[in-house]
Amino acid sequence: MAYLDYDVTRVPTGFRKILYLNWPLVFLLAAVACFGFLMLYSVAGGRAETWAEPQMYRFGAGMAAMFALAFVPMWFWRGVSIFAYVLCLLLLVAVELVGDIGMGAQRWIDLGPVRLQPSELMKIALVLMLAAYYDWLPLRRVSRPLWVLIPVALILLPTALVLKQPDLGTSIMLVAGGGILMFAAGVSLWYFGVVIGAVVGLVYAVLESRGTDWQLLKDYQYRRIDTFLDPSVDPLGAGYNITQAQIALGSGGWSGRGFMQGTQSRLNFLPEKQTDFIFTVLAEEFGFVGAISLLILYTLILGFCLYSALSNRDRFGALLTIGISGTFFVYFAINMGMVMGLLPVVGSPLPLVSYGGTAMMILLMGFGMVQSAHVHRPR
Amino acid sequence: MKKVERETQDGVRKLGRRGLLLAGIQLGVVTTLALRLRSMQLEHAEEYRMLADGNSIKIRLLPPARGLIHDRNGLVIAGNEQNYRVTLTREEAGGEVEPVLRRLSRLIPISEARMAELLEEFSRRSAITPIVIADRLTWEQFGSIAVNAPALAGVTPESGLSRAYPRGGDLAHVMGYVGPVSDYDLSKIEDPDPVLMLPEFQLGKIGVEAKLEEVLRGRAGARRVEVNSAGREMRELGRQEGEQGATVQLTIDARLQNYAAQRMGSESAAAVVMDVQTGDLVTICSSPSFDPNKFVRGISGPDYRALMNHDHRPLADKTVQGVYPPGSTFKMVTLLAGLESGLINANSRFFCPGSTEVGGRRFHCWRRGGHGTMNAIQSLEQSCDVYYYELSQRIGIDRIGAMARRLGIGVRHELPMSAVAEGIAPDRDWKRQRYDQAWQIGDSLNASIGQGYVLASPLQLAVMTARIASGRAVAPRLVRAIDGVPQPIPEAAELGLDRTNLNLARAGMEAVMNGGQGTARRSRIEREEWRMAGKTGTSQVRNITAAERARGVVSNEQLPWNRRDHALFVCYAPYEAPRYAVSVVVEHGGGGSTAAAPIARDILLFALAGGLPPLDAVPSDQRAALEERHNAMQLYTPEPPKPGRTRA
Repeated sequence: MAYLDYDVTRVPTGFRKILYLNWPLVFLLAAVACFGFLMLYSVAGGRAETWAEPQMYRFGAGMAAMFALAFVPMWFWRGVSIFAYVLCLLLLVAVELVGDIGMGAQRWIDLGPVRLQPSELMKIALVLMLAAYYDWLPLRRVSRPLWVLIPVALILLPTALVLKQPDLGTSIMLVAGGGILMFAAGVSLWYFGVVIGAVVGLVYAVLESRGTDWQLLKDYQYRRIDTFLDPSVDPLGAGYNITQAQIALGSGGWSGRGFMQGTQSRLNFLPEKQTDFIFTVLAEEFGFVGAISLLILYTLILGFCLYSALSNRDRFGALLTIGISGTFFVYFAINMGMVMGLLPVVGSPLPLVSYGGTAMMILLMGFGMVQSAHVHRPR
Repeated sequence: MKKVERETQDGVRKLGRRGLLLAGIQLGVVTTLALRLRSMQLEHAEEYRMLADGNSIKIRLLPPARGLIHDRNGLVIAGNEQNYRVTLTREEAGGEVEPVLRRLSRLIPISEARMAELLEEFSRRSAITPIVIADRLTWEQFGSIAVNAPALAGVTPESGLSRAYPRGGDLAHVMGYVGPVSDYDLSKIEDPDPVLMLPEFQLGKIGVEAKLEEVLRGRAGARRVEVNSAGREMRELGRQEGEQGATVQLTIDARLQNYAAQRMGSESAAAVVMDVQTGDLVTICSSPSFDPNKFVRGISGPDYRALMNHDHRPLADKTVQGVYPPGSTFKMVTLLAGLESGLINANSRFFCPGSTEVGGRRFHCWRRGGHGTMNAIQSLEQSCDVYYYELSQRIGIDRIGAMARRLGIGVRHELPMSAVAEGIAPDRDWKRQRYDQAWQIGDSLNASIGQGYVLASPLQLAVMTARIASGRAVAPRLVRAIDGVPQPIPEAAELGLDRTNLNLARAGMEAVMNGGQGTARRSRIEREEWRMAGKTGTSQVRNITAAERARGVVSNEQLPWNRRDHALFVCYAPYEAPRYAVSVVVEHGGGGSTAAAPIARDILLFALAGGLPPLDAVPSDQRAALEERHNAMQLYTPEPPKPGRTRA
């Protein structure tokens, strides 16, 4: 059923749309960003111009983009989704060919004043593509094998390209975001069961085969897995960071050491304390109270998105909202799980808090589409 | 329409169910995170707080053991030995180091001068820097300090590895030595390995040690230790062993190298022995030498000044850095250039009246009376200069220069040694570029007998000899294997010289040794199977003025040492199936036939025999002298091979 079949006369038009925005979501996003500004200010040793100020400008720009995108009608997003996806795919191929090496991986395309990171754009484009796909696909076909294979291919294609850069964090994000969308679209749980079972089985087989004649991987690859699973095996590498991060985090206690009083985070033990490890600074300086507050803010953002999606009768808009919020969820869950030592170390920022322009911009643009879905939902 | 309606209804309902399921999963994950946060920050906060306050976990680097260097037979020529030392940290000593030092001086000798030096150093360095009080302690001293450690606050007995060169000076120029890392060293390295920052770490300064630093250094390990607030280690949390550097095997034969060093004695000289087929440098020895172990330990001022001021320049590597006018050893180059040009052949003759006049200048032959009519072989055998004066005028310098480069003179040979000299194989272009002057005919005459602008290192002379002997472009090689992996022997291309011409040059060299008029006849090998070929050279280091000539040329012995001629000699053997090429240069040694040739012959014999030269291989009148010489030597006799490995 196409969008225009709904009664659209009650959809707000023009500047009246601003009244129909999901305002709680706007305030929640701003609140999370404020946590980020505070922490960046603190990490820079009480200097705003190092990280906090640029971050504020970017947040401002991101907010503006969000509002602008929110005003764009939903059917536009549906119409461009396939083009956006193909364009991003081409950019990923281009970055493979001409991209600059940044931080040891090929991620950027330099376009003069703008540095384009196609893998970030892909996070949104993939969600758009899949939402449009499931909007178009008749419901009874959703779980048919052929119609399941298509979205799987749509997910794996960019993932493979991103993995080759190599950027494990973003690859995981793409797979998880796409998986969440497929889950929400109603793909039979059997598929998920089989995939999870297969992965668990494979991991089990790989680990079990170690030391036997039919060993599946080379010895050095196992040693790499060891480091991956237990960072203390590699005291000079990632393990050191994680140990120090946990000490910082744990030593925060109930109320923390106070703003700008963190001792662990102030020592330069973390190479990227303003990006991937910023949560430890928050947890050390504001303690359990501060950390749990941020977690609650994140949860509320998820909740408002989910509520908006479930109350949206337009399948595209609902799926888009779930997809974007799902990506957001994977973002912060991986980052927090990592610094708390629950997950292996994967480079992944804390959304809206970590220093970094592209990620924040893309995320806010994604929320712009969530807002658009909210504003233009059929009533 | 109705069906569509139902499908939409279904879709929305299903989305609702899945949405709630998703919400449940997400809530579950968030709850897990929250619980983990609670566990870390509320339940275990005290432990983490302690770790944080004690400031806690430190990384201590474990310096890797440096790779060993072996000679071609597997004898260790650079190894590591256990070194016991004791360090003191001012902060841990409670700020006051002197009482601790006084107590320490009862256990190990610390002179008053050293004490003052140390106190000065402590006042200069930061309080937390450990400073080495004494190095290379005996095990007893080390033990007594360890036992008394509780009474010596801040004193840490440490054991580490330090470089040792068991062969002393024999290989000093080849291997070089290691020394403490200086700021200058660090400034040259783009991304210094953190292990270089360790106070006691040493890196290769010159020679193979420097050139193969990356290979030899190995990879640092690390210990993760928990320290208390005073900085003392409480326990070790993790340890990752480093990796020892690779074992490097050189092509050098340590015993032959040792014999060469002994044979040259106190002369200021250089000897190179090269395998004619593979290019392996079996010996590359510069004399006199120095003890590299002194540099590892930090050489004292007086010792260093003595080395610097010695007129025989022990620190210079004369084999590859030193360049000399090759003198008559260059005549093979000129001869081959002439033969290859087609302008002369084996039977071409020139008349030597004792001198020749070109452009108003008189060029003398070394034999004032002249040699008479000379052909190619005779010109080498008797080393007639006029033959080459005449020849060079016909073929021109460019052919000579090109032939020299073809035979390895005037080109840099890639070796992992310091300051490998390029030498000079001059031609018209070279002079124009270097001096902005036109080439003069007199320059050609000088160059034709290896004087004037021509300069070659002993290494290049050995390469030249090996190339003449083999007819192939053999390249010198110093590294035989790294970590047991044999290094490839580069395929030596044919030189592209005519067989007949090469054989003529070889026959000339054979006649030098064995011909009736041979200039090095006294230094021949008497065993037929080792028959040798060679060429003498004597190169002037000063110009003989006309006035001197008028007074009669003064003999070398009457001149001060540093104005005497350089003595050179190149040779190879066996003549029929060449195995080794040798070059010897004795600085200011006088004549090549008397000063350089006997040394080269004895070294060559040692290489061929694989041990002390058998006395019956030298002319009978020299046997007694050689035996006496051998008895006076302190030769290196490595442990005999294990009985199990040799067959009875």
